[in-house]
Amino acid sequence: MSVKGPLVCDTTLRDGSHPMRHRFEPDQVRAIAAALDRGGVPMIEVAHGDGLGGSSLQYGQSAHDELDLIACASESVDRAVIAVLLIPGIGTREHLAAAYERGARAVRIATHCTEADISEQHFHTARELGMEAIGFLMMSHMLEPAPLAEQAALMASYGAQAVYIVDSAGALVPSGARQRTSALREVIVDVGFHAHNNLGLAVGNTVAAIEAGAERIDGCLRGLGAGAGNAATELLAATLDRMGYDTPLDTFALSDAAEHVVLPLMPFQPFPDRESLAIGYAGVYSTFLLHAKRHGERLGLDPREILVELGRRKAVAGQEDWIVDVAQDLAGARASAP
Amino acid sequence: MSEPVAVGILGTGNIGTDLLMKLRAVPEVRVAMFAGIEPASEGIARAAALGVLTSAEGIEAILAEEEIRIVFDATSAYAHREAAPRLREAGKIAIDLTPAALGPLVVPAVNLHEHAGAPNVNLITCGGQAIVPIVDAINRVAPLRYAEMVSTIASLSAGPGTRRNIDEFTRTTARAMEVVGGAQQGKAIIVLNPADPPILMRNTLYAVPSGATLDEQAVADAVQRRVDEVAAYVPGYRLKSPVVIDEQQTRWGRVPVAVVLLEVQGAGDFLPEYAGNLDIMTAAACRVGRSMAASLREGAFT
Repeated sequence: MSVKGPLVCDTTLRDGSHPMRHRFEPDQVRAIAAALDRGGVPMIEVAHGDGLGGSSLQYGQSAHDELDLIACASESVDRAVIAVLLIPGIGTREHLAAAYERGARAVRIATHCTEADISEQHFHTARELGMEAIGFLMMSHMLEPAPLAEQAALMASYGAQAVYIVDSAGALVPSGARQRTSALREVIVDVGFHAHNNLGLAVGNTVAAIEAGAERIDGCLRGLGAGAGNAATELLAATLDRMGYDTPLDTFALSDAAEHVVLPLMPFQPFPDRESLAIGYAGVYSTFLLHAKRHGERLGLDPREILVELGRRKAVAGQEDWIVDVAQDLAGARASAP
Repeated sequence: MSEPVAVGILGTGNIGTDLLMKLRAVPEVRVAMFAGIEPASEGIARAAALGVLTSAEGIEAILAEEEIRIVFDATSAYAHREAAPRLREAGKIAIDLTPAALGPLVVPAVNLHEHAGAPNVNLITCGGQAIVPIVDAINRVAPLRYAEMVSTIASLSAGPGTRRNIDEFTRTTARAMEVVGGAQQGKAIIVLNPADPPILMRNTLYAVPSGATLDEQAVADAVQRRVDEVAAYVPGYRLKSPVVIDEQQTRWGRVPVAVVLLEVQGAGDFLPEYAGNLDIMTAAACRVGRSMAASLREGAFT
């Protein structure tokens, strides 16, 4: 008898919002959510790429109100739970309550990996609303396994029912994913892993996390996510199958969805190209990709220089304004060079 | 010359202690009570060593000192909601450094004298003190349909109060950008950065004019003038780089966006220099207290 596989959350409609420049159309959301639901995906995340309230000049303004998109997704599924992302400091409890009203029943509450204690009020609100409350420790590569587990324990103490290791920079290698998963398993039963493919390791790291006991994993159809994208959901379905797990996922239905629903609307195929590779290598937030490219172009700089300098300054998730700053500094230094 | 005005400080944590150091250098005031609720607090020990009257009886100790005319509240929003009506009843002016925001929002460089007679004024948030002056300055030369700010502060400078009330930061700051700064719509974001050594407080403003164009020189001049005005009471407040005008695709079409990058270095009175976010609050409180004390002293002669 096969063993029950990890729960797969598809985040095409949230992490994919970055390469889509936050311009998903309601019809696209309906089609993707319905296809994921048919493919057996039990949880679908929908929100601005930077979570509820993320529509901004800092991160990019949404073409459509994310609450409407959440409602579209919610109306298009029979079985899947609709989840949202909430980053305290960007989104608030009011945003969360509004998302619940429109059909969200799970929330991933995200903080930088060392700052879990800013999420307490949000976990309380999530639980009061009766939502599944999941912790999301971003940029987990920046913290060693033991202190990362302490942060997960804090989230658990606030009411988190599961906590994710989030490799926002796609900078972890399999041993790092494995060690962090094992460390978190010491403090909370339900551990998740969210990968980015900047070093070409999204599926590999996810497998390492599963082998170390992760019970939740994230994917995006066709890998449509920030930076070089995420682990492709259709690849995860096939991989879990080959690992011998029993899952509700239909590999062919999901690969059809990737090919026929998502691929035609993608502005480009996220891939570990030279800039995305630099993100994984420098360990910076994957969403910096398009912003660094834009400011690099504006000032005639190699985006990789900007990304490496951001890594040196230890920029964390959400600091897109530092890209402007670093680009100005680099352009200034170049202008004043002899 | 009349006597200095007696003031009290409620809250003996980092903010209260830094404020004490600053107020001791202000000739218009005399700190007559430094009160908290934690007898073993380091702040109380430090203040007592300086010869300041201290108490662990909190608000009761402040109320017991009849001569106190102005009270700086550096506790928490919750505690301030309890204290505010009692201070008012006792005829004491409250300068509120918590996010309670019961009284009018005050930014010294923008509306210091507008609420001179108010029994309770609120200092918004550190981000509000840093950004609202610039929102107002730009709004005067180019009316703003939208202003968005991002504060990045060093993790070490974010105390438990900030951490437990992060939504209040974004909500109150955004409101101040509208009510005090004059933007039609405000939005605020806060990011904590744990880098070691700690980063200085950073603030970024994205300002979108109602009109289709932006007079780059007028905006740059207005911003620089205002930065100098704020720096007169927050010495470590400065532009990180010249104002950038960035054409962006927005929900109002392709528009010029003024991007202002600011840095706040603390004065290091008590708190470390990276904690510009705390310094700008205590410096603003000090500036407001000084102005109120001056009016009270003038009033004594009329």
